[in-house]
Amino acid sequence: MSDKMEDAGVGTKACAEEFWRWKEYRHHDESIDWRDAQIVSAGIDIGSVSSQAVILVDSKLFAFSNQRTGFDSPESANKAINWAMEGTGMTLDDIHYTVGTGYGRVNVPFAQKAITEIACHARGGNLMYGPTVRTILDMGGQDCKAIRCDQRGKVEAFLMNDKCAAGTGRGMEVFADLLSVPIQDVGELSLSVEQEPDPVSSTCVVFAKSEASALLREGWPKNKVLAAYCAAMAHRVVTLLERIEVEKDFAITGGIGKNAGVVKRIEMELGLTALQTRYDSQIAGALGAALFANALEGKRRKS
Amino acid sequence: MIANYGYKDGSGDFFIAVDTDKCDGCGDCIPVCPGKVFAVGEDPHDPLREEPVVTVVDEQRRKLKYTCSPCKPDRDRAPLPCVQACEPLALTHSW
Repeated sequence: MSDKMEDAGVGTKACAEEFWRWKEYRHHDESIDWRDAQIVSAGIDIGSVSSQAVILVDSKLFAFSNQRTGFDSPESANKAINWAMEGTGMTLDDIHYTVGTGYGRVNVPFAQKAITEIACHARGGNLMYGPTVRTILDMGGQDCKAIRCDQRGKVEAFLMNDKCAAGTGRGMEVFADLLSVPIQDVGELSLSVEQEPDPVSSTCVVFAKSEASALLREGWPKNKVLAAYCAAMAHRVVTLLERIEVEKDFAITGGIGKNAGVVKRIEMELGLTALQTRYDSQIAGALGAALFANALEGKRRKS
Repeated sequence: MIANYGYKDGSGDFFIAVDTDKCDGCGDCIPVCPGKVFAVGEDPHDPLREEPVVTVVDEQRRKLKYTCSPCKPDRDRAPLPCVQACEPLALTHSW
Protein backbone atom coordinates (compact mmCIF):
# COMPACT_ATOMS: atom_id res chain seq x y z
CA MET A 1 0.00 0.00 0.00
CA SER A 2 2.77 2.45 0.90
CA ASP A 3 4.37 1.90 -2.51
CA LYS A 4 1.15 2.76 -4.22
CA MET A 5 0.75 5.86 -2.13
CA GLU A 6 4.20 7.05 -3.03
CA ASP A 7 3.56 6.40 -6.68
CA ALA A 8 0.49 8.55 -6.43
CA GLY A 9 2.12 11.32 -4.48
CA VAL A 10 5.56 11.65 -5.97
CA GLY A 11 6.33 12.96 -9.38
CA THR A 12 4.74 16.32 -9.70
CA LYS A 13 5.12 19.14 -7.28
CA ALA A 14 1.43 19.90 -7.53
CA CYS A 15 0.52 16.53 -6.00
CA ALA A 16 2.45 17.26 -2.82
CA GLU A 17 0.34 20.36 -2.33
CA GLU A 18 -3.01 18.64 -2.73
CA PHE A 19 -4.15 18.51 0.86
CA TRP A 20 -7.51 16.96 0.03
CA ARG A 21 -5.86 13.72 -1.16
CA TRP A 22 -6.96 11.07 1.29
CA LYS A 23 -5.18 7.72 1.43
CA GLU A 24 -6.23 4.81 -0.73
CA TYR A 25 -5.88 1.37 0.82
CA ARG A 26 -6.84 -2.28 0.69
CA HIS A 27 -7.05 -5.17 3.13
CA HIS A 28 -7.68 -8.89 3.08
CA ASP A 29 -8.11 -11.44 5.82
CA GLU A 30 -5.43 -14.10 5.41
CA SER A 31 -7.07 -16.41 7.92
CA ILE A 32 -9.98 -17.09 5.54
CA ASP A 33 -9.58 -19.65 2.75
CA TRP A 34 -11.96 -18.64 0.00
CA ARG A 35 -11.37 -21.85 -1.98
CA ASP A 36 -13.49 -23.87 0.45
CA ALA A 37 -16.37 -21.40 0.42
CA GLN A 38 -19.96 -22.05 -0.59
CA ILE A 39 -20.70 -18.51 -1.69
CA VAL A 40 -18.24 -15.79 -2.69
CA SER A 41 -20.09 -12.50 -3.19
CA ALA A 42 -18.94 -9.00 -4.01
CA GLY A 43 -20.29 -5.47 -3.63
CA ILE A 44 -18.96 -2.56 -5.64
CA ASP A 45 -19.82 0.97 -4.55
CA ILE A 46 -18.92 3.49 -7.24
CA GLY A 47 -19.35 6.83 -5.53
CA SER A 48 -18.86 10.27 -6.97
CA VAL A 49 -15.52 10.64 -5.20
CA SER A 50 -14.45 7.21 -3.91
CA SER A 51 -15.01 3.62 -5.00
CA GLN A 52 -15.01 0.57 -2.78
CA ALA A 53 -15.04 -3.14 -3.48
CA VAL A 54 -15.94 -5.62 -0.76
CA ILE A 55 -15.64 -9.41 -1.10
CA LEU A 56 -17.50 -11.70 1.29
CA VAL A 57 -16.69 -15.35 1.75
CA ASP A 58 -19.73 -17.15 3.16
CA SER A 59 -20.97 -13.75 4.36
CA LYS A 60 -17.73 -13.03 6.25
CA LEU A 61 -15.67 -9.99 5.28
CA PHE A 62 -12.74 -11.32 3.28
CA ALA A 63 -11.26 -8.36 1.40
CA PHE A 64 -11.90 -4.74 0.53
CA SER A 65 -10.34 -1.84 -1.31
CA ASN A 66 -11.00 1.88 -1.17
CA GLN A 67 -9.78 4.30 -3.82
CA ARG A 68 -10.70 7.42 -5.72
CA THR A 69 -13.22 7.13 -8.54
CA GLY A 70 -11.77 8.02 -11.91
CA PHE A 71 -13.68 9.70 -14.72
CA ASP A 72 -14.58 6.28 -16.13
CA SER A 73 -16.99 4.34 -13.90
CA PRO A 74 -16.56 0.87 -15.51
CA GLU A 75 -12.80 1.27 -15.25
CA SER A 76 -13.07 2.37 -11.59
CA ALA A 77 -15.16 -0.73 -10.87
CA ASN A 78 -12.55 -2.99 -12.48
CA LYS A 79 -9.74 -1.30 -10.60
CA ALA A 80 -11.58 -1.54 -7.28
CA ILE A 81 -12.30 -5.26 -7.55
CA ASN A 82 -8.86 -6.09 -8.91
CA TRP A 83 -7.17 -4.27 -6.07
CA ALA A 84 -9.37 -6.05 -3.50
CA MET A 85 -8.46 -9.42 -5.07
CA GLU A 86 -4.74 -8.60 -5.32
CA GLY A 87 -2.54 -11.21 -3.70
CA THR A 88 -5.48 -13.50 -2.81
CA GLY A 89 -5.31 -15.68 -5.92
CA MET A 90 -8.96 -14.94 -6.57
CA THR A 91 -10.19 -13.95 -10.03
CA LEU A 92 -13.51 -12.50 -11.19
CA ASP A 93 -14.66 -16.00 -12.22
CA ASP A 94 -14.45 -17.14 -8.60
CA ILE A 95 -17.06 -14.59 -7.49
CA HIS A 96 -20.56 -16.05 -7.71
CA TYR A 97 -22.63 -12.89 -7.50
CA THR A 98 -21.82 -9.18 -7.65
CA VAL A 99 -24.05 -6.23 -6.81
CA GLY A 100 -23.21 -2.69 -7.90
CA THR A 101 -24.29 0.34 -5.91
CA GLY A 102 -23.65 4.08 -5.65
CA TYR A 103 -23.77 6.84 -8.17
CA GLY A 104 -22.11 4.71 -10.88
CA ARG A 105 -23.97 1.49 -10.04
CA VAL A 106 -25.32 0.85 -13.54
CA ASN A 107 -21.79 1.06 -14.91
CA VAL A 108 -20.32 -1.94 -13.09
CA PRO A 109 -19.62 -4.26 -16.05
CA PHE A 110 -19.38 -7.52 -14.10
CA ALA A 111 -22.35 -6.98 -11.72
CA GLN A 112 -25.51 -9.07 -11.99
CA LYS A 113 -27.66 -6.42 -10.34
CA ALA A 114 -27.64 -2.77 -9.30
CA ILE A 115 -29.19 -1.73 -5.97
CA THR A 116 -29.50 1.84 -4.67
CA GLU A 117 -26.98 2.98 -2.10
CA ILE A 118 -29.80 3.79 0.34
CA ALA A 119 -30.76 0.12 0.61
CA CYS A 120 -27.09 -0.93 0.71
CA HIS A 121 -26.07 1.52 3.42
CA ALA A 122 -28.90 0.33 5.65
CA ARG A 123 -27.92 -3.30 5.09
CA GLY A 124 -24.19 -2.67 5.52
CA GLY A 125 -24.71 -0.38 8.51
CA ASN A 126 -26.77 -3.10 10.15
CA LEU A 127 -23.78 -5.45 10.05
CA MET A 128 -21.15 -2.83 10.90
CA TYR A 129 -22.92 -1.25 13.85
CA GLY A 130 -25.12 -4.15 14.93
CA PRO A 131 -28.91 -4.60 14.82
CA THR A 132 -29.57 -1.81 17.34
CA VAL A 133 -28.73 0.88 14.77
CA ARG A 134 -31.88 2.75 13.69
CA THR A 135 -30.59 5.94 12.13
CA ILE A 136 -27.73 6.01 9.66
CA LEU A 137 -26.27 9.19 8.30
CA ASP A 138 -24.16 8.62 5.22
CA MET A 139 -21.97 11.56 4.42
CA GLY A 140 -20.63 10.82 1.00
CA GLY A 141 -18.45 12.65 -1.44
CA GLN A 142 -21.17 14.58 -3.19
CA ASP A 143 -24.35 13.85 -1.32
CA CYS A 144 -25.73 13.28 2.11
CA LYS A 145 -28.25 10.58 3.02
CA ALA A 146 -30.30 10.17 6.14
CA ILE A 147 -31.67 6.65 6.56
CA ARG A 148 -33.86 5.09 9.24
CA CYS A 149 -33.90 1.29 9.32
CA ASP A 150 -35.28 -1.62 11.33
CA GLN A 151 -33.38 -4.32 13.20
CA ARG A 152 -32.86 -6.33 10.01
CA GLY A 153 -31.38 -3.40 8.11
CA LYS A 154 -34.49 -2.76 6.03
CA VAL A 155 -35.08 0.90 5.15
CA GLU A 156 -37.99 2.54 7.01
CA ALA A 157 -37.46 6.13 5.87
CA PHE A 158 -34.84 7.99 3.95
CA LEU A 159 -33.95 11.21 2.30
CA MET A 160 -31.03 12.13 0.16
CA ASN A 161 -29.66 15.53 -0.67
CA ASP A 162 -27.48 15.54 -3.75
CA LYS A 163 -28.33 18.97 -5.01
CA CYS A 164 -25.55 20.85 -3.28
CA ALA A 165 -22.15 20.07 -1.77
CA ALA A 166 -22.97 21.40 1.71
CA GLY A 167 -22.60 18.57 4.20
CA THR A 168 -20.44 16.43 1.93
CA GLY A 169 -16.89 15.19 1.75
CA ARG A 170 -16.23 17.32 -1.29
CA GLY A 171 -16.95 20.45 0.74
CA MET A 172 -14.45 19.32 3.35
CA GLU A 173 -11.84 18.66 0.65
CA VAL A 174 -12.24 22.22 -0.59
CA PHE A 175 -11.61 23.52 2.93
CA ALA A 176 -8.58 21.28 3.45
CA ASP A 177 -7.07 22.78 0.32
CA LEU A 178 -8.01 26.34 1.21
CA LEU A 179 -6.33 26.08 4.61
CA SER A 180 -3.48 23.75 3.55
CA VAL A 181 -4.43 21.21 6.19
CA PRO A 182 -4.16 17.50 5.27
CA ILE A 183 -7.73 16.15 5.09
CA GLN A 184 -7.13 13.51 7.79
CA ASP A 185 -6.05 16.21 10.29
CA VAL A 186 -9.03 18.53 9.75
CA GLY A 187 -11.24 16.99 12.45
CA GLU A 188 -8.75 16.99 15.30
CA LEU A 189 -7.47 20.44 14.43
CA SER A 190 -11.00 21.85 14.44
CA LEU A 191 -11.49 20.45 17.95
CA SER A 192 -8.36 22.18 19.26
CA VAL A 193 -10.12 25.55 19.67
CA GLU A 194 -10.47 26.85 23.20
CA GLN A 195 -13.89 28.25 22.58
CA GLU A 196 -16.34 27.16 19.91
CA PRO A 197 -16.76 29.99 17.35
CA ASP A 198 -20.09 30.77 15.67
CA PRO A 199 -20.63 28.55 12.63
CA VAL A 200 -20.05 30.14 9.23
CA SER A 201 -23.43 31.46 8.14
CA SER A 202 -23.56 29.73 4.80
CA THR A 203 -23.18 26.01 4.27
CA CYS A 204 -22.99 26.43 0.50
CA VAL A 205 -19.38 25.47 -0.18
CA VAL A 206 -18.80 28.36 -2.56
CA PHE A 207 -20.13 30.98 -0.14
CA ALA A 208 -18.66 29.32 2.93
CA LYS A 209 -15.27 29.38 1.24
CA SER A 210 -15.43 33.11 0.59
CA GLU A 211 -16.67 33.65 4.16
CA ALA A 212 -13.75 31.62 5.47
CA SER A 213 -11.32 33.65 3.36
CA ALA A 214 -12.69 36.79 4.97
CA LEU A 215 -12.24 35.29 8.45
CA LEU A 216 -8.63 34.39 7.63
CA ARG A 217 -8.01 37.96 6.56
CA GLU A 218 -9.42 39.10 9.87
CA GLY A 219 -6.71 37.03 11.49
CA TRP A 220 -8.62 33.95 12.61
CA PRO A 221 -6.31 30.93 13.08
CA LYS A 222 -6.89 27.86 10.90
CA ASN A 223 -8.35 25.75 13.68
CA LYS A 224 -11.00 28.36 14.45
CA VAL A 225 -12.02 28.64 10.79
CA LEU A 226 -12.25 24.86 10.55
CA ALA A 227 -14.29 24.75 13.75
CA ALA A 228 -16.70 27.29 12.27
CA TYR A 229 -17.05 25.26 9.08
CA CYS A 230 -17.37 21.86 10.79
CA ALA A 231 -20.07 23.32 13.04
CA ALA A 232 -21.98 24.70 10.04
CA MET A 233 -21.78 21.34 8.28
CA ALA A 234 -22.93 19.51 11.42
CA HIS A 235 -25.90 21.84 11.79
CA ARG A 236 -26.81 21.40 8.16
CA VAL A 237 -26.99 17.61 8.31
CA VAL A 238 -28.82 17.65 11.63
CA THR A 239 -31.64 19.60 9.96
CA LEU A 240 -31.78 16.87 7.31
CA LEU A 241 -31.87 14.17 9.97
CA GLU A 242 -34.74 15.84 11.76
CA ARG A 243 -36.95 15.33 8.71
CA ILE A 244 -36.74 11.55 9.06
CA GLU A 245 -36.84 11.69 12.87
CA VAL A 246 -33.69 10.47 14.60
CA GLU A 247 -34.08 7.31 16.62
CA LYS A 248 -31.39 5.63 18.77
CA ASP A 249 -28.91 4.06 17.99
CA PHE A 250 -27.28 6.42 15.61
CA ALA A 251 -24.27 5.91 13.31
CA ILE A 252 -22.38 7.84 10.66
CA THR A 253 -21.00 6.15 7.55
CA GLY A 254 -18.94 7.55 4.70
CA GLY A 255 -15.70 9.47 4.69
CA ILE A 256 -16.91 12.24 7.00
CA GLY A 257 -17.57 9.55 9.61
CA LYS A 258 -13.80 9.67 10.12
CA ASN A 259 -13.77 13.42 10.75
CA ALA A 260 -14.07 13.83 14.51
CA GLY A 261 -14.65 17.57 14.10
CA VAL A 262 -17.95 17.00 12.32
CA VAL A 263 -18.93 13.80 14.19
CA LYS A 264 -18.50 15.37 17.66
CA ARG A 265 -20.48 18.43 16.67
CA ILE A 266 -23.33 16.36 15.23
CA GLU A 267 -23.36 14.34 18.46
CA MET A 268 -23.57 17.52 20.51
CA GLU A 269 -26.47 18.89 18.49
CA LEU A 270 -28.40 15.64 18.59
CA GLY A 271 -27.54 14.83 22.19
CA LEU A 272 -26.62 11.32 21.01
CA THR A 273 -23.34 9.45 20.72
CA ALA A 274 -22.63 7.85 17.36
CA LEU A 275 -21.88 4.12 17.47
CA GLN A 276 -18.32 3.00 16.88
CA THR A 277 -17.36 0.16 14.59
CA ARG A 278 -14.28 -1.95 13.95
CA TYR A 279 -15.05 -1.72 10.25
CA ASP A 280 -14.05 1.13 7.95
CA SER A 281 -16.94 3.62 7.77
CA GLN A 282 -16.38 4.12 4.04
CA ILE A 283 -17.17 0.52 3.07
CA ALA A 284 -20.78 0.50 4.34
CA GLY A 285 -22.34 0.76 0.87
CA ALA A 286 -20.14 -1.88 -0.75
CA LEU A 287 -20.55 -4.15 2.26
CA GLY A 288 -24.34 -3.87 2.03
CA ALA A 289 -24.17 -4.59 -1.70
CA ALA A 290 -22.06 -7.70 -1.03
CA LEU A 291 -24.57 -8.87 1.61
CA PHE A 292 -27.41 -8.47 -0.91
CA ALA A 293 -25.28 -10.36 -3.46
CA ASN A 294 -24.83 -13.18 -0.96
CA ALA A 295 -28.59 -13.32 -0.30
CA LEU A 296 -29.46 -13.17 -4.01
CA GLU A 297 -27.02 -15.97 -4.84
CA GLY A 298 -28.56 -18.10 -2.08
CA LYS A 299 -32.03 -17.41 -3.49
CA ARG A 300 -30.88 -18.20 -7.03
CA ARG A 301 -29.51 -21.58 -6.00
CA LYS A 302 -32.70 -22.54 -4.22
CA SER A 303 -34.89 -21.81 -7.23
CA MET B 1 -41.03 3.02 4.22
CA ILE B 2 -41.23 6.77 3.92
CA ALA B 3 -39.30 7.60 0.75
CA ASN B 4 -38.44 11.29 0.62
CA TYR B 5 -37.61 12.42 -2.90
CA GLY B 6 -36.28 15.91 -3.39
CA TYR B 7 -33.74 18.19 -1.83
CA LYS B 8 -32.95 20.93 0.61
CA ASP B 9 -31.20 24.05 -0.58
CA GLY B 10 -30.71 27.62 0.53
CA SER B 11 -34.34 28.45 -0.26
CA GLY B 12 -36.04 25.65 1.64
CA ASP B 13 -37.00 21.96 1.82
CA PHE B 14 -38.61 20.45 -1.24
CA PHE B 15 -39.50 16.83 -0.69
CA ILE B 16 -42.29 14.59 -1.94
CA ALA B 17 -42.77 11.74 0.52
CA VAL B 18 -44.15 8.39 -0.62
CA ASP B 19 -45.37 6.04 2.09
CA THR B 20 -44.49 2.78 0.35
CA ASP B 21 -46.49 0.75 2.87
CA LYS B 22 -49.63 2.58 1.77
CA CYS B 23 -48.82 2.90 -1.95
CA ASP B 24 -50.37 0.07 -3.93
CA GLY B 25 -48.70 0.98 -7.22
CA CYS B 26 -52.01 1.89 -8.91
CA GLY B 27 -50.41 4.81 -10.75
CA ASP B 28 -53.42 7.16 -10.43
CA CYS B 29 -51.01 10.00 -9.65
CA ILE B 30 -49.19 9.69 -12.97
CA PRO B 31 -51.77 11.06 -15.47
CA VAL B 32 -52.94 13.89 -13.18
CA CYS B 33 -49.44 15.34 -12.75
CA PRO B 34 -48.73 18.04 -15.35
CA GLY B 35 -45.03 17.91 -14.45
CA LYS B 36 -44.65 14.15 -15.17
CA VAL B 37 -43.07 13.69 -11.78
CA PHE B 38 -44.13 10.12 -11.03
CA ALA B 39 -43.45 6.63 -12.34
CA VAL B 40 -44.49 3.17 -11.15
CA GLY B 41 -42.03 0.31 -10.96
CA GLU B 42 -39.81 -1.83 -8.80
CA ASP B 43 -38.97 -0.28 -5.43
CA PRO B 44 -35.37 0.87 -5.90
CA HIS B 45 -34.74 1.05 -2.16
CA ASP B 46 -36.20 -2.33 -1.25
CA PRO B 47 -34.81 -4.95 -3.64
CA LEU B 48 -36.74 -7.73 -1.96
CA ARG B 49 -40.19 -6.13 -2.41
CA GLU B 50 -42.26 -7.81 -5.13
CA GLU B 51 -45.10 -5.29 -5.63
CA PRO B 52 -44.61 -2.16 -7.77
CA VAL B 53 -44.51 1.23 -6.10
CA VAL B 54 -44.52 4.91 -7.08
CA THR B 55 -41.24 6.80 -7.34
CA VAL B 56 -40.29 10.31 -8.36
CA VAL B 57 -38.42 10.16 -11.67
CA ASP B 58 -34.73 11.04 -11.64
CA GLU B 59 -34.95 14.09 -13.91
CA GLN B 60 -37.42 15.76 -11.55
CA ARG B 61 -35.78 15.14 -8.19
CA ARG B 62 -33.60 18.20 -8.23
CA LYS B 63 -36.18 20.67 -9.52
CA LEU B 64 -39.36 19.88 -7.63
CA LYS B 65 -39.59 23.43 -6.37
CA TYR B 66 -40.12 24.63 -9.92
CA THR B 67 -42.00 21.64 -11.36
CA CYS B 68 -44.58 21.57 -8.57
CA SER B 69 -44.97 25.29 -8.24
CA PRO B 70 -47.91 25.68 -10.72
CA CYS B 71 -50.00 23.21 -8.67
CA LYS B 72 -49.23 24.65 -5.23
CA PRO B 73 -52.38 25.70 -3.38
CA ASP B 74 -53.34 29.33 -3.50
CA ARG B 75 -56.41 30.92 -1.91
CA ASP B 76 -58.74 29.83 -4.68
CA ARG B 77 -56.87 26.85 -6.04
CA ALA B 78 -57.77 23.21 -5.34
CA PRO B 79 -55.39 20.91 -3.40
CA LEU B 80 -52.54 19.25 -5.28
CA PRO B 81 -53.84 16.92 -8.02
CA CYS B 82 -51.38 14.14 -7.12
CA VAL B 83 -52.38 14.18 -3.45
CA GLN B 84 -56.06 14.30 -4.41
CA ALA B 85 -55.74 11.39 -6.82
CA CYS B 86 -54.00 9.15 -4.30
CA GLU B 87 -56.71 7.05 -2.67
CA PRO B 88 -54.49 5.24 -0.17
CA LEU B 89 -53.16 8.66 1.01
CA ALA B 90 -49.56 7.70 0.33
CA LEU B 91 -48.34 11.05 -1.02
CA THR B 92 -47.36 14.19 0.88
CA HIS B 93 -45.43 17.32 0.00
CA SER B 94 -43.07 18.94 2.49
CA TRP B 95 -43.75 22.49 1.39
